[in-house]
Amino acid sequence: MALRYTKDHEWVRLEGDTATVGISHYAQEQLGDVVYVELPEIGKTVAKGDEAAVVESVKAASEVYAPVSGEVTAINDALEAAPGAVNEEPTGGGWFLKLKVSDPSELDGLMDEAAYKTYLAEIS
Amino acid sequence: MTMNRQGRQTTPGEGAETVWETFTGNRGLLIEEALSFEYGRLDRTGVDLDEPEDVAPRLGGLQRTSQPNLPGLTEPEAMRHYMRLSQKNYAIDSGVYPLGSCTMKHNPRLNETIARLPGFGDIHPLQPVSTVQGALELIEMCAEWLKVVTGMPAIAMSPKAGAHGELCGMMAIKAALEARGDARSKVIVPDSAHGTNPATAALLGYKVVAVASRDDGTVDPAAVRDKLDEQVAGIMLTNPNTCGLFEPDVIAIAEAVHEAGGYFYCDGANLNAILGRVRPGDLGVDAMHINLHKTFSTPHGGGGPGAGPVVLSEALAPFAPLPWVVSDKDGLGLVEYDGEAGDAQPFGRMTAFHGQMGMFVRAMTWMLSHGSDGMRQAAEDAVLAANYVRACLSDLMSLPFSSRPSMHEVLFDDSFLKGTGVSTLDFAKAMIDEGYHPMTVYFPLVVHGAMLIEPTESESKASLDLFIATLRDLAMAAKRGETGRFEGAPYHAPRRRLDETRAARQPVLRWTPPEATEPEPRAQAAG
Repeated sequence: MALRYTKDHEWVRLEGDTATVGISHYAQEQLGDVVYVELPEIGKTVAKGDEAAVVESVKAASEVYAPVSGEVTAINDALEAAPGAVNEEPTGGGWFLKLKVSDPSELDGLMDEAAYKTYLAEIS
Repeated sequence: MTMNRQGRQTTPGEGAETVWETFTGNRGLLIEEALSFEYGRLDRTGVDLDEPEDVAPRLGGLQRTSQPNLPGLTEPEAMRHYMRLSQKNYAIDSGVYPLGSCTMKHNPRLNETIARLPGFGDIHPLQPVSTVQGALELIEMCAEWLKVVTGMPAIAMSPKAGAHGELCGMMAIKAALEARGDARSKVIVPDSAHGTNPATAALLGYKVVAVASRDDGTVDPAAVRDKLDEQVAGIMLTNPNTCGLFEPDVIAIAEAVHEAGGYFYCDGANLNAILGRVRPGDLGVDAMHINLHKTFSTPHGGGGPGAGPVVLSEALAPFAPLPWVVSDKDGLGLVEYDGEAGDAQPFGRMTAFHGQMGMFVRAMTWMLSHGSDGMRQAAEDAVLAANYVRACLSDLMSLPFSSRPSMHEVLFDDSFLKGTGVSTLDFAKAMIDEGYHPMTVYFPLVVHGAMLIEPTESESKASLDLFIATLRDLAMAAKRGETGRFEGAPYHAPRRRLDETRAARQPVLRWTPPEATEPEPRAQAAG
């Protein structure tokens, strides 16, 4: 499935009932070089909009919010040693976590690629 | 007329434009300085010590058996080392230091003279109180004056810095809530807050609830009311806020928080903008720290320890931490223990002793030497200076919040650099080449590419004019497309652009000798 975006610049990709979550290309560009990522524990349950992770760049520390509700089933441990992956491939190897989604309909309210592009044009 | 041609040549000869690499790596008076470990030698010392006599070690076999690897320097070497390091330091005593939100103002030399009087400088906190009556009187006097200028009934003098003061104030709020059997779980913090505000709330176990600023950069009481419920312990609000704006609805916000049973913590870091003009006690504040190292001219940053006394409302006064000064038939004394506190319910203590005595002396000196009219003028001049900078730069640089006047600091964003290829960071680095410490950058986070300038009341108009002219020159150079001036900046600093990313990702936290066993380490320039 294609990526869906939140207004807070997280992306989510749903495969079956597993949602992979990361931050958008725009977000990493705004943050600058990412130097640290704090990930949740596997098994933690998060509601849509809850703080799921923290990303720290040379400029600032920012919360990453859960785009959908669910239970954390995997985290991208590789970011601990190589947080630069968030800058290099934000929607690929720079993913943050995977959630077992409790309500897939929550994705309906999120933006697709085109809508997100329009949104970015509005805010910048 | 005959001309004397024997004298010394005073103009540069041919080739003067070429920049030659020097043999030493030094650049004129900019001396490269190695670590003391790199040019010290174990067998050298600036002090002659007697050989230790044979003593039976009483460390249970834990005593060291090898040399501790300390650098051995002669006295002149040690002097030069620290002198050279100090010359690399940019301080308020060397130039304009426009860090917004940090208030780097002049530290009057009178403060230093008074702080060194033996009765203040040569005493110890464990001395019998009968021998330090003057020092206790000064603490009490400083406490009284701070209460008067803030319009608050009580004060805790001991906190040692701004964030420590925040912790003290929030602990008093927590203690007051718990004393009425109403422990709460949340604290409201606007998105423009100093980072220490949410950190303080989190440290005490509160969940931080953020409130977004309005388009004009201030906090909307309606947005605060939306977040209020019976779980909100209070709000932490900075006034003037970090955008350099006075919160016009601060009283409405305080009333709303009080109606919901919460308390109003005011971050008093920016008191220097309103001192003598506004009393926080009149705004409904329950607790506020005062940065003596900002508003009251005591040294800041690397120059000295902070000091963050906290003024408290009637509601919070009973929970103020130990110790405090009292007057009895024998003169002045200290309440040091719960049992001596009478009806008060101190939540504990923040420090081992009484607070930053040396800073109390300096702050009191500043207050006495300025008087009430002088303190008010300091605040007014600080605001005037910030608005002068704003007025002189607003045609070239971009103001995110132009509808309200600035207080003691002026906030620009990076929209004036849009399309130039120059970032806020590049702009700041180019200021270093011009001999200025950059302003605060990328804070507050509510605007893009923030540049927060606080000129303070210390600068003369001539000094501000040169600073403004420099920023205008840089802004115009960026707009003309002279990106080379920025992308490699700083060009003239002792070090070029540092790799902040690598420093954060792969920090080198410990120096290790290149060859630890080498008998005579060679002098080596730091690379």
